[in-house]
Amino acid sequence: MAQRASTASKKSPQVSTQVIRDLHERMVRIRLFETEAGKLMEAGKLPGFLHLYVGQEAVAAGVMAALRDDDQITSTHRGHGHAVAKGVGFREMYAELYGRVTGACLGRGGSMHINDLTRGMLGANGIVGAGVPIAVGAAFAARYKGEDSVAVTFFGDGATNIGAFHEGANMAAILGLPVVFVCENNGYAEFTPQSGHMLLTDVADRAAAYGMPSVIVDGMDAVAVHRAATEAVERARAGAGPMMIEAKTYRFFDHQGVKGLRHPYRSDEEVAEWKSRDPIDLIEARAVADGTATRAELDDVWQRTRDEIADAIAYAEASPLPDPADLLLNVYSG
Amino acid sequence: MTTTTEAPAVTPVAAPRKLSYVKAFNEGLAQAMREDENVFVAGEDVAGYGGVFRMFDNLLDEFGPRRMIDTPISEAALVGLGVGAAARGLRPVVDLMFMDFIGVCLDQIVNQAAKMKYMFGGGLSVPLTITTASGAGLGAAAQHSQSLEAWLAHVPGLKVVMPSDAYSAKGLTVSAIRDDNPVVVMLNKVLLGSTSEVPEEIYGIPLGQAHTARQGSDVTVIALGRMVGEALAAADELAAEGVEIEVIDPRTVQPLDTETMFASVRRTNRVLVVHEAVTFGGLGAEIAAQIQDTVFDYLDAPVLRIGAPFSPVPFSPVLEKAYVPDRARIAQGCRRLLERS
Repeated sequence: MAQRASTASKKSPQVSTQVIRDLHERMVRIRLFETEAGKLMEAGKLPGFLHLYVGQEAVAAGVMAALRDDDQITSTHRGHGHAVAKGVGFREMYAELYGRVTGACLGRGGSMHINDLTRGMLGANGIVGAGVPIAVGAAFAARYKGEDSVAVTFFGDGATNIGAFHEGANMAAILGLPVVFVCENNGYAEFTPQSGHMLLTDVADRAAAYGMPSVIVDGMDAVAVHRAATEAVERARAGAGPMMIEAKTYRFFDHQGVKGLRHPYRSDEEVAEWKSRDPIDLIEARAVADGTATRAELDDVWQRTRDEIADAIAYAEASPLPDPADLLLNVYSG
Repeated sequence: MTTTTEAPAVTPVAAPRKLSYVKAFNEGLAQAMREDENVFVAGEDVAGYGGVFRMFDNLLDEFGPRRMIDTPISEAALVGLGVGAAARGLRPVVDLMFMDFIGVCLDQIVNQAAKMKYMFGGGLSVPLTITTASGAGLGAAAQHSQSLEAWLAHVPGLKVVMPSDAYSAKGLTVSAIRDDNPVVVMLNKVLLGSTSEVPEEIYGIPLGQAHTARQGSDVTVIALGRMVGEALAAADELAAEGVEIEVIDPRTVQPLDTETMFASVRRTNRVLVVHEAVTFGGLGAEIAAQIQDTVFDYLDAPVLRIGAPFSPVPFSPVLEKAYVPDRARIAQGCRRLLERS
């Protein structure tokens, strides 16, 4: 285990007012996008599956605030938070959830395939772990073209049991590519707790197998995530190769949808305990306490975002459905 | 060009240049790499060693380690590397060595490369070329001898080419690299040393366009990959019996040029489809169905399929020889078709 760089301390470091506000706004945007999407799903308005990100916002916000627009990310089936934090617009995201032709994927992809190449969002992915090697390829392309962008791949604890993760980690390491591996360890692979799918306590230990440094951070603390991400991104950008961040986090809703608790795979007490460390509450308390922002300023972020979301949902609902005559559009290029 | 002496008045007639299948592939790849800086090759033992079938010989010398990359034995990460790099504007050529290994990376081919453009709303292309060696005949047994084109041709978003000779090995490879879609190039192991006339300049063979390898009026034989040569040999044998066989080489099995096949059926009224892959669920079934859908009224006999028996590829040469269709079985199939009606 020689390669563990550090375990980030519980105490969040000093960061600028601007960064705190940025992290807060990204998290609020995710939270509201997701909670409203959950309501739409419960109301029967959305087809398909919906894997909500609520509770994990600090990870997406913390990492994305360390990235540039030309940096690339690959995401997971729980990808809305990454897309929102990377800057993908609410309108095209909601329109996609509704299956409208104005959606991010023209209604062909849905929740699990939202992407936006102009924002470096190489897509959510319906296959667990599959985004890992794709991020390695994106990083390869950056180096091949002489650009200094980096690629970040997000994956869950469960994905680290699949071959694509291990192959991708080794490939990135041996080729020395600018990839940041971000494990969002929310403790569950769908409904199976971590103790039921691996004997390790820390996923970060897996990085050592590939000669890759790693760091464990509190995934409810956006500032801590951001600091670790900044270090890993700068390191990768400077040509020092890949690094892994394990963020210990939690999803407040179920694996899929909002209710769906068909069997009690986790206790109410456990959920309540994690909710008591809500990442947005944490950063708001900190911001108010140290004078970064007033309560009124924070409330204003929520209100502005609510307005933007109301507009985006209205846009999605007013948008046309795809024309079945165009069913074969984009199967092939050319 | 400047010269100080007069060129000789007589230009010697160039003998047609013959090249082996593997060298034709290599030449096409090298020319495509010269043509486009965004083309690179990644795979197991492709750079330093030149590929286990010498497919990549000398390319490291010319293009260097930036564009010729030896990777770990990690097919999923290898194809994923190609998908990510292609999505970012490069034209990767990734080599899977033996086609049998695609099981290891099928997710990246089927769920990622093939679907990305469609499910992302068309915002990107995946100009990825996957090269691999398929086919039986080297005593390589069940995990190194398969022809799995039917698996891939079934997946919307992929293209699949099966060069049957050196000429098509070069031209289809160049077209695969230039194409903006993921294309799998299935090179046939037994054909690697076979030679045919190959132009020196770079050329592409249009994907999705069948080639009529021999014209005939009595039976249409649609043959995939190595079976084209077997069908041509069967045609020679049958010609001695006064039977004229038309041999169609689809070259690309996805997309499949059915129009050329239909036109041939309208002339010959009898069809035999032959491939190395097992008959059950193979492309022969698809081709037969399409022919019956469209030109049934022109048929004088049911479409006949010849393929491998429903078994893994055997090791012992005597079993392997019995397993793979050959010119004798093709000729026999044609005779059976002619006996009807």
